[in-house]
Amino acid sequence: MTNHAQRASAFIHQSGKSPWHDKALWHVRTNRDKAMATIPEWEQLRETAQQIKAHTASQLDDYLVQFEANCKSNGVHLHWAQTPDDLNKIVLDIARAKGAKHIVKSKSMLTEECHLNEALEGAGLIVTDTDLGERIVQLRQEPPSHIVLPAIHTTKEEIGELFHKHFASEKGNNDPTYLTGIARKALRDDFLGADIGITGVNFAIAETGGIVICTNEGNADLGTALPPVHIACMGIEKLIPAIEHLGVFTRLLARSATGQAITTYTSHFHKPRRGGEMHIVMLDNGRTALLGEPEFRAALSCIRCGACMNTCPVFRHGGGHSYGATIPGPIGSTLGPSQNIKAHQSLPFACTLCGSCTAVCPVNIDLHNQLLTWRNRIAKAGYVPLVKRLTMKLFGITIASPALYGLANCFIKVVAKVPVLYRNLTPWGKQRSMPVAAKKTFKTMYVEREREQLK
Amino acid sequence: MATLALLEELGVTVVYPTAQTCCGQPLINTGCTYNLAKAAAHFVDTFCAFDYIVSPSASCAAAVRHHYHKYVPTNTASEHVINHTFELCEFLTDVLKIESLNARFPHKVGLHHGCHGLREFNLASCSERNEAAYSKPVQLLNMVKDLELVKLNRADECCGFGGTFAVDQESVSCAMGRSRVHDHVSNGATVIISTDTSCLMHLEGIMGKQKESIATMHIAQVLRGESL
Repeated sequence: MTNHAQRASAFIHQSGKSPWHDKALWHVRTNRDKAMATIPEWEQLRETAQQIKAHTASQLDDYLVQFEANCKSNGVHLHWAQTPDDLNKIVLDIARAKGAKHIVKSKSMLTEECHLNEALEGAGLIVTDTDLGERIVQLRQEPPSHIVLPAIHTTKEEIGELFHKHFASEKGNNDPTYLTGIARKALRDDFLGADIGITGVNFAIAETGGIVICTNEGNADLGTALPPVHIACMGIEKLIPAIEHLGVFTRLLARSATGQAITTYTSHFHKPRRGGEMHIVMLDNGRTALLGEPEFRAALSCIRCGACMNTCPVFRHGGGHSYGATIPGPIGSTLGPSQNIKAHQSLPFACTLCGSCTAVCPVNIDLHNQLLTWRNRIAKAGYVPLVKRLTMKLFGITIASPALYGLANCFIKVVAKVPVLYRNLTPWGKQRSMPVAAKKTFKTMYVEREREQLK
Repeated sequence: MATLALLEELGVTVVYPTAQTCCGQPLINTGCTYNLAKAAAHFVDTFCAFDYIVSPSASCAAAVRHHYHKYVPTNTASEHVINHTFELCEFLTDVLKIESLNARFPHKVGLHHGCHGLREFNLASCSERNEAAYSKPVQLLNMVKDLELVKLNRADECCGFGGTFAVDQESVSCAMGRSRVHDHVSNGATVIISTDTSCLMHLEGIMGKQKESIATMHIAQVLRGESL
């Protein structure tokens, strides 16, 4: 199994996409900075958002019960899923009961987490992702590489080729407006023929039992307005207490995600439309366990804006697929190990600890500190590679003793004089020259100076 | 030697305790905290008798100030060391409160903010946050005659060093480094300076293997007006 470093290296050296991927996402980060600058109380908003989320998490059980009761009185069916398999089964059972054949789906990272598409398709259903980026990665048969910009790793040439193959668009026509038109036309038929619309949820409001879905393309609106059945899938952490809290988050979300003041559509759903059915499926999948971890609990506050990905230089240069996790980037690197420490052990190390993610996060999650804490846990669990573990052990012993430390310095001085040795000891010298060692160490010069002054 | 000379020129009595080793930052960063408690205890013993502990590297100072409390027993000595360990620039601006320097550096300078200095020590406002702009290193550089600071496209992006990250994640680390070098060179800098030597070592290594190449210097050297 490959690790993050190997996958990122392939993105940099084989795909050649790294420089423009970096530039494209930095552009999004710049737009986010401009939008932030228009809100003088930005830092206060972040703190308020953090507090609302922390409060909700502290009484999540009560809010969930309140939300369930309000859903029921609104005529919405609420289902509880412990695992991804539970969620997939619930959705499949609804589809079967309705005799559904075709499902349209708007963007939902939670259904990616559950591999819902595969489960439904395995049962013979046709699922069409209706977010343009999601549709592109669905046709490419790969997972999204970014939670807000799922196809950010693809070029317009690749998309032109893809649409030519699937939708018979003009060969060689890579004009983004033309290609969007092609996707729109194809999707319109999917919307009209669908039996069920599946959506994610951005916010759920305990006090009203309502849910809020934010999109730019309006695909969630069409996907719920046309088919008679709406199934919304959400994690239990999406809850906020009351409608008055929503504005704090909608002000932060779109500005952090893309630099827009607000998403084009911020749609509220409270009850099934006339003659229709509305279901909400609530997923745990490790969230309750995470709630019990004081050092990582704040990760549940994430509103999935993607700002930490856009600002992270490792993400920008190494690409989203290098994480090998449903949620990539800094937030994914802390959520990943919480679900499976062994499988995602390389993610907390895919980080220079620069702290930009923590500073950009609209809900103030201490992302880089969480990654540092994960490194310690991963080391304690014995997943750090043997060579590194032994090196660090030796280093720890050396620095605790001035005598050994002095000896080690002499050793390094010798190694530094033999290029064959240091070039092969680490990959430092592959794309970098070796630092030139000073003729004398600082300590030697300092001691000599002291002696000189005593004379 | 520049840090020592600079502090002495500003009237500080400086001692370099020769029994010192390493603060243990690499152990903290990698999560492999084996024997760290011993190393940290040695650090506290070595430095607890001094009024201030000053480091020309924010990463080292941050390890002591932000992480030692987890590894050393709480007592007067450890608390003194943790609370009195300073990065050089903040020691100059916040403790010595210097207002002028007798230095000249007639060059176009690109300032690389080390991330730990920036986001852990708040040496400057960071571009992600909506806060009044300030910078302690720039405040000091403005006291140096004839020094011209170039404006970068990305004011405070990480260089990609990151300790063991530089070798564990060699590809990403070098891609990040090249991107930073290009920003400095294309904006006309003739020297990259930083509060952290480790960032400079990485950037210098990158430049050693490519055509775009300019000098690197630690900020202490520039604040003394040492020649390029």
